[in-house]
Amino acid sequence: MNSLAAGVVHVLLLVTLPPLLMGVIGRIKAWMAGRTGPPLLQPYRDIARLLRKGAVYSRTVTWVFVAGPAVSLASVFTAGLLLPLASVRAPMSFEGDLVLFAYLLALGRFFTMAAALDTGSSFEGMGASREAAFSALAEPALFLALATLAVTTGQLSLSEILGGLDAPRAVLPAILLSAAALSAVLLAENARIPIDDPATHLELTMVHEVMVLDHSGPDLAMIEYASAVKLFITSTLLAAVAVPGLAGRPVALAAGALGVACIVGLVESVTARLRLPRVKQFLIGASALGAVALATTMFTRGAA
Amino acid sequence: MSDIPDLLLGLLILVGLYMVSTSRLQACVRASALQGIVLGILPIALEWTHGIVPLSLHVITLSGGAIAIKAVAIPRLLLRSIREAGVRREVEPMVSLHGSILLAAALVGLAFWLGRQMTLPFPVGSDLLVPSAISNVLLGFLLVVGRRKAITQVVGYLALENGVFVFGLTLAQAQPVLVELTVLLDVLVGVFVMGIAIHHISRTFDHLDTDAMGSLPE
Repeated sequence: MNSLAAGVVHVLLLVTLPPLLMGVIGRIKAWMAGRTGPPLLQPYRDIARLLRKGAVYSRTVTWVFVAGPAVSLASVFTAGLLLPLASVRAPMSFEGDLVLFAYLLALGRFFTMAAALDTGSSFEGMGASREAAFSALAEPALFLALATLAVTTGQLSLSEILGGLDAPRAVLPAILLSAAALSAVLLAENARIPIDDPATHLELTMVHEVMVLDHSGPDLAMIEYASAVKLFITSTLLAAVAVPGLAGRPVALAAGALGVACIVGLVESVTARLRLPRVKQFLIGASALGAVALATTMFTRGAA
Repeated sequence: MSDIPDLLLGLLILVGLYMVSTSRLQACVRASALQGIVLGILPIALEWTHGIVPLSLHVITLSGGAIAIKAVAIPRLLLRSIREAGVRREVEPMVSLHGSILLAAALVGLAFWLGRQMTLPFPVGSDLLVPSAISNVLLGFLLVVGRRKAITQVVGYLALENGVFVFGLTLAQAQPVLVELTVLLDVLVGVFVMGIAIHHISRTFDHLDTDAMGSLPE
Protein backbone atom coordinates (compact mmCIF):
# COMPACT_ATOMS: atom_id res chain seq x y z
CA MET A 1 0.00 0.00 0.00
CA ASN A 2 1.54 3.33 -0.95
CA SER A 3 1.51 6.17 1.51
CA LEU A 4 -1.30 8.16 -0.11
CA ALA A 5 -3.72 5.22 -0.07
CA ALA A 6 -2.67 4.41 3.49
CA GLY A 7 -3.34 8.01 4.48
CA VAL A 8 -6.81 7.90 2.95
CA VAL A 9 -7.62 4.62 4.72
CA HIS A 10 -6.29 6.08 7.97
CA VAL A 11 -8.44 9.19 7.80
CA LEU A 12 -11.50 7.20 6.73
CA LEU A 13 -11.11 4.84 9.69
CA LEU A 14 -10.53 7.73 12.07
CA VAL A 15 -13.60 9.61 10.83
CA THR A 16 -16.12 6.82 10.41
CA LEU A 17 -15.38 4.23 13.08
CA PRO A 18 -15.47 6.05 16.45
CA PRO A 19 -19.26 6.33 16.99
CA LEU A 20 -19.53 2.60 16.30
CA LEU A 21 -17.41 1.95 19.42
CA MET A 22 -19.88 3.94 21.49
CA GLY A 23 -22.67 1.88 19.93
CA VAL A 24 -20.87 -1.35 20.83
CA ILE A 25 -20.45 -0.27 24.44
CA GLY A 26 -24.12 0.70 24.68
CA ARG A 27 -25.17 -2.60 23.14
CA ILE A 28 -22.99 -4.67 25.47
CA LYS A 29 -24.28 -2.84 28.53
CA ALA A 30 -27.87 -3.35 27.42
CA TRP A 31 -27.19 -7.01 26.69
CA MET A 32 -25.63 -7.58 30.11
CA ALA A 33 -28.66 -5.96 31.74
CA GLY A 34 -31.05 -8.12 29.72
CA ARG A 35 -32.38 -5.31 27.54
CA THR A 36 -32.37 -5.14 23.75
CA GLY A 37 -30.59 -1.84 23.73
CA PRO A 38 -30.24 0.87 21.10
CA PRO A 39 -29.22 -0.05 17.55
CA LEU A 40 -25.48 -0.21 16.93
CA LEU A 41 -25.63 2.85 14.68
CA GLN A 42 -27.56 4.99 17.18
CA PRO A 43 -24.57 7.25 18.03
CA TYR A 44 -24.30 8.22 14.32
CA ARG A 45 -27.98 9.15 14.30
CA ASP A 46 -27.64 11.12 17.52
CA ILE A 47 -24.79 13.12 16.08
CA ALA A 48 -26.68 13.73 12.82
CA ARG A 49 -29.76 14.86 14.76
CA LEU A 50 -27.77 17.25 16.91
CA LEU A 51 -26.05 18.71 13.84
CA ARG A 52 -29.42 19.68 12.35
CA LYS A 53 -30.43 21.66 15.43
CA GLY A 54 -29.52 25.21 16.32
CA ALA A 55 -27.21 26.18 19.15
CA VAL A 56 -28.21 28.27 22.14
CA TYR A 57 -25.61 30.49 23.80
CA SER A 58 -25.91 32.17 27.13
CA ARG A 59 -25.36 35.94 27.15
CA THR A 60 -22.48 35.60 29.63
CA VAL A 61 -20.25 33.33 27.54
CA THR A 62 -17.28 34.47 25.47
CA TRP A 63 -15.45 32.99 22.50
CA VAL A 64 -13.86 30.38 24.83
CA PHE A 65 -17.19 28.65 25.21
CA VAL A 66 -17.75 28.61 21.43
CA ALA A 67 -14.21 27.42 20.72
CA GLY A 68 -14.22 24.63 23.32
CA PRO A 69 -15.96 21.88 21.32
CA ALA A 70 -14.13 22.70 18.10
CA VAL A 71 -10.72 22.67 19.76
CA SER A 72 -11.37 19.41 21.55
CA LEU A 73 -12.54 17.76 18.31
CA ALA A 74 -9.55 19.09 16.38
CA SER A 75 -7.07 18.02 19.03
CA VAL A 76 -8.30 14.42 19.23
CA PHE A 77 -8.25 14.17 15.41
CA THR A 78 -4.67 15.42 15.34
CA ALA A 79 -3.75 12.95 18.07
CA GLY A 80 -5.36 10.23 15.94
CA LEU A 81 -3.03 11.10 13.06
CA LEU A 82 -0.04 10.13 15.22
CA LEU A 83 -1.08 6.49 15.50
CA PRO A 84 0.06 3.91 12.95
CA LEU A 85 -3.44 2.87 11.88
CA ALA A 86 -3.19 1.98 8.22
CA SER A 87 0.54 1.62 7.65
CA VAL A 88 3.54 1.03 9.92
CA ARG A 89 4.28 4.73 9.70
CA ALA A 90 1.56 7.14 10.82
CA PRO A 91 0.65 10.09 8.54
CA MET A 92 2.24 12.40 11.10
CA SER A 93 5.25 10.92 12.82
CA PHE A 94 8.51 12.25 14.24
CA GLU A 95 10.91 11.64 17.11
CA GLY A 96 9.18 12.34 20.40
CA ASP A 97 5.63 12.55 19.05
CA LEU A 98 4.40 10.58 22.07
CA VAL A 99 4.69 13.77 24.12
CA LEU A 100 2.60 15.60 21.53
CA PHE A 101 0.06 12.75 21.68
CA ALA A 102 -0.30 13.06 25.45
CA TYR A 103 -0.57 16.84 25.34
CA LEU A 104 -3.05 16.92 22.45
CA LEU A 105 -5.36 14.85 24.65
CA ALA A 106 -4.65 17.30 27.47
CA LEU A 107 -5.30 20.30 25.21
CA GLY A 108 -8.75 19.03 24.28
CA ARG A 109 -9.55 18.47 27.92
CA PHE A 110 -8.23 21.88 28.87
CA PHE A 111 -10.56 23.61 26.43
CA THR A 112 -13.53 21.57 27.60
CA MET A 113 -12.74 22.68 31.14
CA ALA A 114 -12.21 26.29 30.10
CA ALA A 115 -15.53 26.31 28.26
CA ALA A 116 -17.23 24.91 31.35
CA LEU A 117 -15.69 27.62 33.53
CA ASP A 118 -16.67 30.24 30.97
CA THR A 119 -20.37 29.64 31.58
CA GLY A 120 -19.96 31.00 35.09
CA SER A 121 -22.11 28.26 36.55
CA SER A 122 -20.79 27.02 39.89
CA PHE A 123 -22.01 23.57 39.05
CA GLU A 124 -19.95 23.36 35.88
CA GLY A 125 -16.99 24.75 37.78
CA MET A 126 -17.25 21.81 40.16
CA GLY A 127 -17.21 19.39 37.23
CA ALA A 128 -14.20 21.16 35.74
CA SER A 129 -12.34 20.99 39.02
CA ARG A 130 -12.97 17.27 39.36
CA GLU A 131 -11.95 16.66 35.77
CA ALA A 132 -8.76 18.65 36.32
CA ALA A 133 -7.92 16.65 39.44
CA PHE A 134 -8.49 13.30 37.77
CA SER A 135 -6.60 14.17 34.63
CA ALA A 136 -3.68 15.51 36.62
CA LEU A 137 -3.52 12.15 38.39
CA ALA A 138 -3.93 10.16 35.18
CA GLU A 139 -1.17 11.99 33.36
CA PRO A 140 1.80 10.45 35.27
CA ALA A 141 0.36 7.00 34.58
CA LEU A 142 0.12 7.77 30.85
CA PHE A 143 3.63 9.19 30.69
CA LEU A 144 5.19 6.37 32.73
CA ALA A 145 3.52 3.79 30.50
CA LEU A 146 4.65 5.56 27.32
CA ALA A 147 8.16 5.99 28.74
CA THR A 148 8.29 2.28 29.53
CA LEU A 149 7.36 1.44 25.96
CA ALA A 150 9.92 3.92 24.66
CA VAL A 151 12.69 2.39 26.79
CA THR A 152 11.62 -1.15 25.90
CA THR A 153 11.83 -0.54 22.19
CA GLY A 154 14.52 2.13 22.21
CA GLN A 155 12.38 4.37 19.97
CA LEU A 156 10.83 7.77 20.49
CA SER A 157 7.96 7.97 18.01
CA LEU A 158 4.64 6.21 18.48
CA SER A 159 4.79 4.49 15.09
CA GLU A 160 8.19 2.96 15.76
CA ILE A 161 7.35 2.08 19.37
CA LEU A 162 4.17 0.25 18.44
CA GLY A 163 5.88 -1.42 15.50
CA GLY A 164 8.86 -2.50 17.62
CA LEU A 165 6.96 -4.08 20.49
CA ASP A 166 7.15 -7.61 19.11
CA ALA A 167 10.92 -7.40 18.69
CA PRO A 168 12.83 -9.99 20.78
CA ARG A 169 14.43 -7.43 23.09
CA ALA A 170 11.07 -6.21 24.36
CA VAL A 171 10.45 -7.21 27.99
CA LEU A 172 7.10 -8.94 28.29
CA PRO A 173 6.18 -8.11 31.94
CA ALA A 174 6.97 -4.45 31.29
CA ILE A 175 4.66 -4.38 28.27
CA LEU A 176 1.85 -6.05 30.18
CA LEU A 177 2.28 -3.67 33.12
CA SER A 178 2.17 -0.64 30.88
CA ALA A 179 -0.90 -2.05 29.13
CA ALA A 180 -2.53 -2.28 32.55
CA ALA A 181 -1.59 1.31 33.35
CA LEU A 182 -2.84 2.43 29.92
CA SER A 183 -6.20 0.76 30.47
CA ALA A 184 -6.65 2.69 33.71
CA VAL A 185 -5.75 5.86 31.79
CA LEU A 186 -8.26 4.90 29.09
CA LEU A 187 -11.04 4.63 31.65
CA ALA A 188 -10.11 7.97 33.24
CA GLU A 189 -9.50 9.75 29.94
CA ASN A 190 -12.86 8.71 28.49
CA ALA A 191 -14.84 9.21 31.71
CA ARG A 192 -15.93 5.59 31.80
CA ILE A 193 -17.43 3.84 34.79
CA PRO A 194 -15.04 3.15 37.62
CA ILE A 195 -13.99 6.80 37.35
CA ASP A 196 -17.10 8.54 36.11
CA ASP A 197 -20.50 7.45 34.88
CA PRO A 198 -21.25 8.71 31.36
CA ALA A 199 -24.93 7.85 31.68
CA THR A 200 -25.65 9.57 34.98
CA HIS A 201 -27.81 12.64 35.20
CA LEU A 202 -27.61 13.10 38.92
CA GLU A 203 -25.79 16.34 39.65
CA LEU A 204 -23.67 15.11 42.51
CA THR A 205 -22.22 12.17 40.64
CA MET A 206 -21.46 13.82 37.32
CA VAL A 207 -17.92 14.71 36.46
CA HIS A 208 -17.47 14.89 32.72
CA GLU A 209 -21.12 15.22 31.77
CA VAL A 210 -21.61 18.27 33.91
CA MET A 211 -19.10 20.23 31.88
CA VAL A 212 -21.06 19.86 28.66
CA LEU A 213 -24.49 20.71 30.08
CA ASP A 214 -24.60 24.16 28.52
CA HIS A 215 -23.61 23.04 25.04
CA SER A 216 -26.36 22.41 22.54
CA GLY A 217 -26.93 21.50 18.89
CA PRO A 218 -23.81 21.28 16.69
CA ASP A 219 -21.57 22.06 19.67
CA LEU A 220 -22.90 19.07 21.59
CA ALA A 221 -22.54 16.95 18.46
CA MET A 222 -18.89 17.96 18.22
CA ILE A 223 -18.35 17.08 21.87
CA GLU A 224 -19.99 13.68 21.55
CA TYR A 225 -18.07 13.01 18.37
CA ALA A 226 -14.80 14.13 19.98
CA SER A 227 -15.33 11.83 22.93
CA ALA A 228 -16.02 8.94 20.55
CA VAL A 229 -12.82 9.71 18.61
CA LYS A 230 -10.90 9.91 21.89
CA LEU A 231 -12.25 6.51 22.90
CA PHE A 232 -11.27 5.17 19.50
CA ILE A 233 -7.68 6.41 19.59
CA THR A 234 -7.06 5.38 23.20
CA SER A 235 -8.48 1.91 22.60
CA THR A 236 -6.45 1.58 19.40
CA LEU A 237 -3.34 2.50 21.37
CA LEU A 238 -4.20 -0.01 24.09
CA ALA A 239 -4.91 -2.75 21.54
CA ALA A 240 -1.62 -2.08 19.75
CA VAL A 241 0.28 -2.28 23.05
CA ALA A 242 -1.52 -5.30 24.48
CA VAL A 243 -1.26 -7.35 21.28
CA PRO A 244 2.14 -6.59 19.72
CA GLY A 245 2.21 -6.85 15.94
CA LEU A 246 -1.12 -5.12 15.33
CA ALA A 247 0.42 -1.79 14.34
CA GLY A 248 -0.10 -0.83 10.73
CA ARG A 249 -2.77 -3.43 10.03
CA PRO A 250 -6.04 -1.47 9.74
CA VAL A 251 -8.50 -4.36 9.96
CA ALA A 252 -6.74 -6.04 12.89
CA LEU A 253 -6.38 -2.73 14.72
CA ALA A 254 -10.02 -1.80 14.20
CA ALA A 255 -11.00 -5.24 15.49
CA GLY A 256 -8.69 -4.69 18.46
CA ALA A 257 -10.30 -1.34 19.22
CA LEU A 258 -13.76 -2.95 19.03
CA GLY A 259 -12.49 -5.65 21.40
CA VAL A 260 -11.34 -2.99 23.86
CA ALA A 261 -14.78 -1.35 23.56
CA CYS A 262 -16.40 -4.71 24.39
CA ILE A 263 -14.18 -5.03 27.47
CA VAL A 264 -15.06 -1.48 28.53
CA GLY A 265 -18.74 -2.37 28.15
CA LEU A 266 -18.28 -5.49 30.27
CA VAL A 267 -16.35 -3.57 32.94
CA GLU A 268 -19.11 -0.96 33.04
CA SER A 269 -21.74 -3.65 33.46
CA VAL A 270 -20.10 -5.47 36.35
CA THR A 271 -18.48 -2.72 38.40
CA ALA A 272 -19.88 0.21 40.29
CA ARG A 273 -18.53 3.71 40.07
CA LEU A 274 -15.83 4.42 42.62
CA ARG A 275 -16.37 6.96 45.36
CA LEU A 276 -14.54 10.20 44.60
CA PRO A 277 -11.69 9.66 47.12
CA ARG A 278 -11.20 6.12 45.81
CA VAL A 279 -10.76 7.41 42.25
CA LYS A 280 -7.64 9.17 43.45
CA GLN A 281 -6.32 5.90 44.84
CA PHE A 282 -7.17 4.04 41.62
CA LEU A 283 -5.24 6.51 39.51
CA ILE A 284 -2.28 6.66 41.89
CA GLY A 285 -2.25 2.86 41.72
CA ALA A 286 -2.14 3.10 37.92
CA SER A 287 0.83 5.45 38.18
CA ALA A 288 2.52 3.01 40.56
CA LEU A 289 2.02 0.26 37.95
CA GLY A 290 3.59 2.52 35.35
CA ALA A 291 6.54 3.22 37.66
CA VAL A 292 7.06 -0.49 38.30
CA ALA A 293 6.88 -1.14 34.56
CA LEU A 294 9.52 1.50 33.96
CA ALA A 295 11.73 0.02 36.70
CA THR A 296 11.32 -3.43 35.14
CA THR A 297 12.68 -2.28 31.81
CA MET A 298 15.30 0.18 32.97
CA PHE A 299 17.03 -2.10 35.43
CA THR A 300 16.81 -5.44 33.71
CA ARG A 301 17.36 -4.70 30.03
CA GLY A 302 21.10 -4.24 30.37
CA ALA A 303 21.52 -7.39 32.45
CA ALA A 304 19.82 -9.61 29.89
CA MET B 1 11.98 -18.89 26.73
CA SER B 2 11.94 -17.41 30.20
CA ASP B 3 8.55 -15.79 29.71
CA ILE B 4 6.55 -17.81 32.22
CA PRO B 5 8.88 -17.32 35.23
CA ASP B 6 9.13 -13.64 34.27
CA LEU B 7 5.35 -13.34 34.27
CA LEU B 8 5.05 -15.16 37.59
CA LEU B 9 7.69 -12.94 39.18
CA GLY B 10 5.96 -9.85 37.80
CA LEU B 11 2.68 -11.13 39.20
CA LEU B 12 4.35 -11.57 42.57
CA ILE B 13 5.35 -7.90 42.61
CA LEU B 14 1.86 -6.87 41.50
CA VAL B 15 0.18 -8.88 44.24
CA GLY B 16 2.60 -7.34 46.71
CA LEU B 17 1.57 -3.87 45.51
CA TYR B 18 -2.08 -4.86 45.80
CA MET B 19 -1.52 -5.99 49.39
CA VAL B 20 -0.09 -2.61 50.22
CA SER B 21 -2.84 -0.67 48.45
CA THR B 22 -5.99 -2.54 49.41
CA SER B 23 -8.11 -1.24 52.23
CA ARG B 24 -9.74 -4.55 53.08
CA LEU B 25 -8.20 -6.92 55.56
CA GLN B 26 -9.56 -10.10 54.02
CA ALA B 27 -8.49 -9.09 50.52
CA CYS B 28 -5.02 -8.60 51.94
CA VAL B 29 -4.97 -12.12 53.39
CA ARG B 30 -6.36 -13.60 50.16
CA ALA B 31 -3.69 -11.77 48.19
CA SER B 32 -1.07 -13.37 50.36
CA ALA B 33 -2.66 -16.77 49.58
CA LEU B 34 -2.37 -15.92 45.86
CA GLN B 35 1.29 -15.14 46.43
CA GLY B 36 1.62 -18.59 47.98
CA ILE B 37 0.14 -20.23 44.87
CA VAL B 38 2.45 -18.26 42.57
CA LEU B 39 5.41 -19.21 44.77
CA GLY B 40 4.36 -22.85 44.47
CA ILE B 41 4.26 -22.75 40.67
CA LEU B 42 7.49 -20.77 40.38
CA PRO B 43 10.06 -23.55 41.12
CA ILE B 44 8.33 -25.86 38.63
CA ALA B 45 8.27 -23.15 35.97
CA LEU B 46 11.96 -22.40 36.56
CA GLU B 47 12.91 -26.07 36.21
CA TRP B 48 10.75 -26.33 33.11
CA THR B 49 12.47 -23.49 31.34
CA HIS B 50 15.83 -24.97 32.27
CA GLY B 51 14.71 -28.02 30.33
CA ILE B 52 14.80 -30.47 33.22
CA VAL B 53 11.71 -32.39 32.20
CA PRO B 54 11.43 -35.17 34.78
CA LEU B 55 11.03 -32.85 37.72
CA SER B 56 13.17 -33.68 40.70
CA LEU B 57 11.61 -34.75 43.96
CA HIS B 58 13.22 -31.71 45.52
CA VAL B 59 11.24 -29.29 43.38
CA ILE B 60 7.98 -31.15 43.74
CA THR B 61 8.16 -31.23 47.54
CA LEU B 62 9.21 -27.60 47.55
CA SER B 63 6.24 -26.40 45.51
CA GLY B 64 3.81 -28.79 47.15
CA GLY B 65 4.93 -27.59 50.56
CA ALA B 66 4.75 -23.95 49.53
CA ILE B 67 1.20 -24.28 48.18
CA ALA B 68 -0.02 -26.36 51.13
CA ILE B 69 1.40 -24.05 53.76
CA LYS B 70 1.45 -20.59 52.21
CA ALA B 71 -1.67 -20.81 50.05
CA VAL B 72 -3.93 -23.00 52.17
CA ALA B 73 -2.93 -23.42 55.81
CA ILE B 74 -1.76 -19.95 56.80
CA PRO B 75 -4.52 -17.95 55.03
CA ARG B 76 -7.17 -20.20 56.55
CA LEU B 77 -5.67 -19.68 59.98
CA LEU B 78 -5.61 -15.93 59.47
CA LEU B 79 -9.13 -15.71 58.05
CA ARG B 80 -10.33 -17.80 60.97
CA SER B 81 -8.68 -15.56 63.51
CA ILE B 82 -10.15 -12.49 61.77
CA ARG B 83 -13.57 -14.07 62.08
CA GLU B 84 -13.20 -15.24 65.63
CA ALA B 85 -11.51 -12.20 67.04
CA GLY B 86 -14.16 -10.02 65.38
CA VAL B 87 -11.59 -7.71 63.87
CA ARG B 88 -12.83 -4.66 61.97
CA ARG B 89 -12.62 -5.37 58.24
CA GLU B 90 -10.57 -2.32 57.25
CA VAL B 91 -6.83 -2.14 57.48
CA GLU B 92 -5.64 0.76 59.58
CA PRO B 93 -2.61 2.28 57.94
CA MET B 94 -0.18 4.56 59.76
CA VAL B 95 0.69 6.21 56.47
CA SER B 96 -2.30 6.97 54.24
CA LEU B 97 -3.11 4.42 51.55
CA HIS B 98 -2.14 6.87 48.77
CA GLY B 99 1.12 7.48 50.55
CA SER B 100 1.81 3.80 50.93
CA ILE B 101 1.11 3.13 47.23
CA LEU B 102 3.64 5.79 46.25
CA LEU B 103 6.08 4.49 48.85
CA ALA B 104 5.58 0.95 47.56
CA ALA B 105 6.26 2.03 43.98
CA ALA B 106 9.43 3.75 45.16
CA LEU B 107 10.48 0.63 47.07
CA VAL B 108 9.94 -1.55 44.00
CA GLY B 109 12.04 0.85 41.98
CA LEU B 110 14.73 0.65 44.67
CA ALA B 111 14.54 -3.14 44.55
CA PHE B 112 15.11 -3.15 40.79
CA TRP B 113 18.02 -0.78 41.18
CA LEU B 114 19.53 -2.99 43.91
CA GLY B 115 18.95 -6.06 41.76
CA ARG B 116 20.90 -4.37 39.00
CA GLN B 117 23.75 -3.45 41.35
CA MET B 118 24.11 -6.87 42.90
CA THR B 119 25.71 -9.28 40.52
CA LEU B 120 25.38 -12.85 41.69
CA PRO B 121 28.42 -15.08 41.15
CA PHE B 122 26.35 -17.55 39.14
CA PRO B 123 23.63 -17.19 36.48
CA VAL B 124 20.05 -17.25 37.74
CA GLY B 125 16.90 -18.44 35.99
CA SER B 126 15.35 -15.06 35.31
CA ASP B 127 16.34 -11.40 35.37
CA LEU B 128 13.43 -10.62 37.60
CA LEU B 129 14.27 -13.12 40.36
CA VAL B 130 16.44 -10.88 42.50
CA PRO B 131 14.41 -7.65 42.04
CA SER B 132 11.19 -9.50 42.74
CA ALA B 133 12.66 -11.06 45.87
CA ILE B 134 13.96 -7.75 47.18
CA SER B 135 10.77 -5.88 46.40
CA ASN B 136 8.68 -8.44 48.24
CA VAL B 137 10.97 -8.19 51.25
CA LEU B 138 10.68 -4.39 51.19
CA LEU B 139 6.90 -4.43 50.68
CA GLY B 140 6.66 -6.89 53.56
CA PHE B 141 8.63 -4.47 55.74
CA LEU B 142 6.29 -1.69 54.68
CA LEU B 143 3.28 -3.76 55.74
CA VAL B 144 4.87 -4.67 59.06
CA VAL B 145 5.88 -1.11 59.87
CA GLY B 146 3.06 0.83 58.28
CA ARG B 147 -0.02 -0.96 59.54
CA ARG B 148 -1.65 -0.81 62.90
CA LYS B 149 -3.32 -4.18 63.11
CA ALA B 150 -1.63 -7.37 64.25
CA ILE B 151 -3.11 -9.35 61.33
CA THR B 152 -1.67 -7.06 58.68
CA GLN B 153 1.65 -7.28 60.43
CA VAL B 154 1.50 -11.06 60.14
CA VAL B 155 0.64 -10.71 56.44
CA GLY B 156 3.56 -8.35 56.02
CA TYR B 157 5.83 -10.84 57.73
CA LEU B 158 4.56 -13.47 55.28
CA ALA B 159 5.27 -11.24 52.27
CA LEU B 160 8.75 -10.66 53.65
CA GLU B 161 9.24 -14.40 53.99
CA ASN B 162 7.95 -14.93 50.44
CA GLY B 163 10.66 -12.59 49.23
CA VAL B 164 13.25 -14.65 51.11
CA PHE B 165 11.79 -17.78 49.53
CA VAL B 166 12.16 -16.31 46.04
CA PHE B 167 15.72 -15.36 46.87
CA GLY B 168 16.27 -18.92 48.04
CA LEU B 169 15.12 -20.16 44.64
CA THR B 170 18.17 -18.56 43.06
CA LEU B 171 20.20 -20.93 45.22
CA ALA B 172 17.77 -23.84 44.82
CA GLN B 173 20.38 -26.21 43.49
CA ALA B 174 22.70 -25.53 46.36
CA GLN B 175 20.18 -25.79 49.17
CA PRO B 176 19.18 -29.13 50.66
CA VAL B 177 15.48 -29.95 50.81
CA LEU B 178 15.48 -30.32 54.53
CA VAL B 179 16.57 -26.73 55.08
CA GLU B 180 13.81 -25.33 52.88
CA LEU B 181 11.13 -27.47 54.41
CA THR B 182 12.26 -26.41 57.84
CA VAL B 183 11.94 -22.80 56.75
CA LEU B 184 8.39 -23.41 55.54
CA LEU B 185 7.49 -25.16 58.75
CA ASP B 186 9.13 -22.44 60.77
CA VAL B 187 6.84 -19.87 59.20
CA LEU B 188 3.81 -22.01 59.83
CA VAL B 189 4.69 -22.34 63.48
CA GLY B 190 5.40 -18.62 63.68
CA VAL B 191 2.01 -17.74 62.24
CA PHE B 192 0.36 -20.27 64.48
CA VAL B 193 1.89 -18.66 67.53
CA MET B 194 0.92 -15.22 66.28
CA GLY B 195 -2.62 -16.47 65.67
CA ILE B 196 -2.89 -17.58 69.26
CA ALA B 197 -1.29 -14.38 70.47
CA ILE B 198 -3.76 -12.32 68.42
CA HIS B 199 -6.59 -14.27 69.93
CA HIS B 200 -5.35 -13.60 73.43
CA ILE B 201 -4.62 -9.94 72.80
CA SER B 202 -8.10 -9.38 71.45
CA ARG B 203 -9.64 -11.30 74.31
CA THR B 204 -7.72 -9.32 76.87
CA PHE B 205 -7.86 -5.85 75.39
CA ASP B 206 -10.97 -6.06 73.17
CA HIS B 207 -8.98 -4.90 70.16
CA LEU B 208 -5.90 -5.69 68.12
CA ASP B 209 -4.37 -2.27 67.99
CA THR B 210 -0.68 -2.85 68.65
CA ASP B 211 -0.19 0.89 68.92
CA ALA B 212 -2.07 0.97 72.19
CA MET B 213 0.40 -1.46 73.71
CA GLY B 214 3.17 1.08 73.43
CA SER B 215 1.50 3.32 75.98
CA LEU B 216 0.81 0.92 78.81
CA PRO B 217 0.31 2.59 82.17
CA GLU B 218 3.29 2.18 84.43
